[in-house]
Amino acid sequence: MNRRTLLATAALGLGLAFGGAASAQGMDKVKACFVYVGPIGDLGWTYQHHQGALELVETYGDKVEIAYQENVPEGADSERVLTQMALSGCNIIFTTSFGYMDPTNTVAAKFPDIKFEHATGYKRDHANVSTYNARFYEGRAIQGHIAGKMTKTNKIGYIGSFPIPEVVMGINSYYLHAKKVNPDVELSVVWAFTWFDPAKEADSAKALIDQGVDVIASHTDSTAPLAEAAKTNGAVIGFGQASDMADYKPSPRVSSIIDNWAPYYVKRVGALLDGTYEQVDSWAGIPEGEVEIGEITDAIPAELKAEAEAMRDAIAAGTYHPFTGPINKQDGTAWLAEGAVAPDGDLLGMNFYVEGISGDIPK
Amino acid sequence: MFGGIDPALLISALMVASVPIILAAIGELIVERAGVLNLGVEGMMIMGAVCGFIVSVQSGSAVMGFVGGAIGGAAMAFIFGVLTQFLLANQVASGLALTLFGLGLSSLMGQSFVGIRPPATGAVPFGPLADIPFFGRVLFSHDWVVYASIASVAAAWWVLKATRTGLILRAVGESHDAAHALGYKVRRIRMLAILFGGAMAGLGGAYISMVRVPQWTDGITSGAGWIALAIVVFAAWRPWRALVGAYLFGGISVLQLNLQAAGARIPVEYLSMSPYLITILVLVIMSSGKGKAALNAPASLGQNFHASR
Amino acid sequence: MLRLEKRPSPSRFWQGATPVLAVVLTMIAGGLMFAALGKNPFEAIRTIFWDPLFHPQFADYSRPQLLVKAGPLILIAIGLSLGFRAGIWNIGAEGQYIMGALFGAGVGLAFYPADLWFIFPLMVIAGAFGGWIWAMIPAILRTKFNTNEILVSLLMVYIAQNFLSSMSLGLLRNPEGGGFPGSRNLSQYPAASNPELIAGTGMHWGVIAAFMAVIAAYILLQRHILGFHIKLAGQAPRAARYAGVNPTGLVLLCMGISGALAGLAGLFEVSGPAGQISIDFNVGYGFTAIIVAFLGRLNPIGILLAGLLMALTYIGGELAQFMLGLPAAAIQAFQGMLLFFLLAVDLLSNYRIRPALKKEAI
Repeated sequence: MNRRTLLATAALGLGLAFGGAASAQGMDKVKACFVYVGPIGDLGWTYQHHQGALELVETYGDKVEIAYQENVPEGADSERVLTQMALSGCNIIFTTSFGYMDPTNTVAAKFPDIKFEHATGYKRDHANVSTYNARFYEGRAIQGHIAGKMTKTNKIGYIGSFPIPEVVMGINSYYLHAKKVNPDVELSVVWAFTWFDPAKEADSAKALIDQGVDVIASHTDSTAPLAEAAKTNGAVIGFGQASDMADYKPSPRVSSIIDNWAPYYVKRVGALLDGTYEQVDSWAGIPEGEVEIGEITDAIPAELKAEAEAMRDAIAAGTYHPFTGPINKQDGTAWLAEGAVAPDGDLLGMNFYVEGISGDIPK
Repeated sequence: MFGGIDPALLISALMVASVPIILAAIGELIVERAGVLNLGVEGMMIMGAVCGFIVSVQSGSAVMGFVGGAIGGAAMAFIFGVLTQFLLANQVASGLALTLFGLGLSSLMGQSFVGIRPPATGAVPFGPLADIPFFGRVLFSHDWVVYASIASVAAAWWVLKATRTGLILRAVGESHDAAHALGYKVRRIRMLAILFGGAMAGLGGAYISMVRVPQWTDGITSGAGWIALAIVVFAAWRPWRALVGAYLFGGISVLQLNLQAAGARIPVEYLSMSPYLITILVLVIMSSGKGKAALNAPASLGQNFHASR
Repeated sequence: MLRLEKRPSPSRFWQGATPVLAVVLTMIAGGLMFAALGKNPFEAIRTIFWDPLFHPQFADYSRPQLLVKAGPLILIAIGLSLGFRAGIWNIGAEGQYIMGALFGAGVGLAFYPADLWFIFPLMVIAGAFGGWIWAMIPAILRTKFNTNEILVSLLMVYIAQNFLSSMSLGLLRNPEGGGFPGSRNLSQYPAASNPELIAGTGMHWGVIAAFMAVIAAYILLQRHILGFHIKLAGQAPRAARYAGVNPTGLVLLCMGISGALAGLAGLFEVSGPAGQISIDFNVGYGFTAIIVAFLGRLNPIGILLAGLLMALTYIGGELAQFMLGLPAAAIQAFQGMLLFFLLAVDLLSNYRIRPALKKEAI
């Protein structure tokens, strides 16, 4: 342990002694850096993170300087990019993809004075690493409700990217809420095994439509599924994913889940500026504005629109949790008892379908 | 009916899904028949995709968009042509560099066009024909580019088989020295073939950004160019086989998604491998069977030509 | 009108001068592009080519990183160059790289958490085997059924990618990873990791293997009968057959070597810099290595230099992106330009440019 870390540890101890409110002095100017997995022009995941970054400049003006790098492959390259960013004088570095988890922690160990924020991961090996994620399943609940009511064929579809807990969680939430309002509903899941491949996403949507599905939710990043739905002249509806995809309003895009990272970024950089920054494990959703429900269009009946908005408001107020028991697992065993709410730990590691969904999660 | 999948829907879906690959493959097939190996199909396709998209949005016309896409692809091919035909650079490396350059440049050009919807490319109005059971859906329900792609296969076949142009093209591809000795302008012929290949790849790319998806995002072709290259070899440099290959590949890709949607209990990861596995299998059967001799590539493929005299 | 006259042997002067000329030309064309994007072209060029090597803030870190980035490129390119010289087209190194990483990491993880000295050597063997077996599929199909190896090796890349995602979601998934995809991190498992050997140098076993491959290939091509056969098979296939070269054996050998080296690159990458198997583990080294092989003119020393140059543009490009806010796409286009110019000016080493005496039919 060198002198520098020793001092840092002492300061931390001092901070704790004063109630742990402030772990560092405030700063006059913060350089916030962002590592993106895709191009900022993907109109999906990376685009939304970049919108959040731009909001920082909007909010804090010249007290904040942002720098970013696009298309950073996960693995060895990200470790180098992170180190170079740290060397260039970034004060806080946001790493916006799951695959950056280990590199983020490795580099954080070498730069204890720099804050690291890793999106969608769970490792916080060092005091300067925080993690953040969004409760997308809250938005899926609203989509499921709309899907259950709107389907005429009683077949709804979901285009999954990879069978990871986040996606499985979305599928379950979507299905549960569709089933609640329409007991006859059947769910078809297509795994595209990609986050971004417009042609394959279009093919997946087409396959679902050809199977009689008339409401499609997608967990991949492009607008291709909506474009495919648009070709059916209103017979099939879908939802915007990651960004609003407003071009497909009012139909087929009847609503959307918008990843809005701006509130979190503004809060964290603000905390760094005024000296109240602390390590966190943040998982925010509709209440915090991190998951936004894009405008519900008039393509769906006013009554249903009101129900969907009521559900959104109930989630926002904290009075409703999308995973509230009784819920059984696919094999019929009990998961949540009557009135019980899913613990975050169960959700974060979710690797099972709920009762009623047919098919297996690819292993 | 198998597994709850409607064959008419499946066939019509695969016909649409295969269009970009067919267009690009026919272009590359002509290029390779002229003895040039251009591995930059992906780069030309994506430039076609971005140029087609920009032109169609600016002009409001889908047809103009396709023209723009063809020009964009051909412009990329022009770079390749100059490098390989006049500066005698290695074709494999030039093609790969072309892909790298195309991916970068297209993204720069497309920056302000993200999130816009292009004008629609309409279905050809066949009227009552489209209502015929099965055949109506399969044959008479598409946009004009689908028919154009099939027509391009027929045209390529006819030109190669029955015209003087085709004969010259093949002569240049088989032995550029002999063709040169006979007085053919090897470089000019190859250059034209390369430009044609680029234009076709550009059309294929434009079809992705304007019809298949339709939107502009970075990397939208996501590997279609590589598949087109594979299809050319698969087809043993014959147009109709390229069509079969593209339909086979597109068909299996669409089929695996349909099987998933229909809830078939087949492990997904093997399903998504299946198009590649089956393509290899068919290829092995073809190359080991009677068609063996036909598998021979154009003799001068990939070799640069320099007239020493 | 100018005309080209083939030199009897490549010009030594131009072989050395053309890369410099190409870099200068790229700087001019790239500078124009950066200026068009509203950035200071001189600053951008300096950031890409100079800063990774000499910038006081970054150079200490970036210089060793050049080796880390160039290592797998060189290792794969050396293997490929042997086949390319013999006219055997393995363009599926990306797939062999993936399979090497999967086999190697699989063996290592099977022993977890045992701490035995032989685990890493065993992983190295498994990695080479994984790449080798993946390359043997197109090689055997070619020799037994005359199936085109370009196509099969390329298709095998896609299959390997599917295996990769299946493995990182299934068999090799970290059981303590909370259901997320991706294996355990090998860098936290000392018996199976490939760490930096001397701190601050970037040297890991993969870089050493790359240097060894360069030397071995150099000796093979210069001094060994096999190297002669390889060259002969590429330049004059018929003569090679008369000289007693066994074409089947040559295909199996060249594909095998390139597959094994690509597999090794994958193994060293997964156990070292990358650390773990994940869905997006492969980042295109197998394809970039094809470019490196040709930029190095299929010559071992040339490949070494070409690999380092490519690595420089990657690392400098990263710096330019976040220091100057240049879009990633501009860097990609810039790399493309560099390749174009390198390929274009290569003409000067093999040909003389002379004024045409009379109009020629071209």
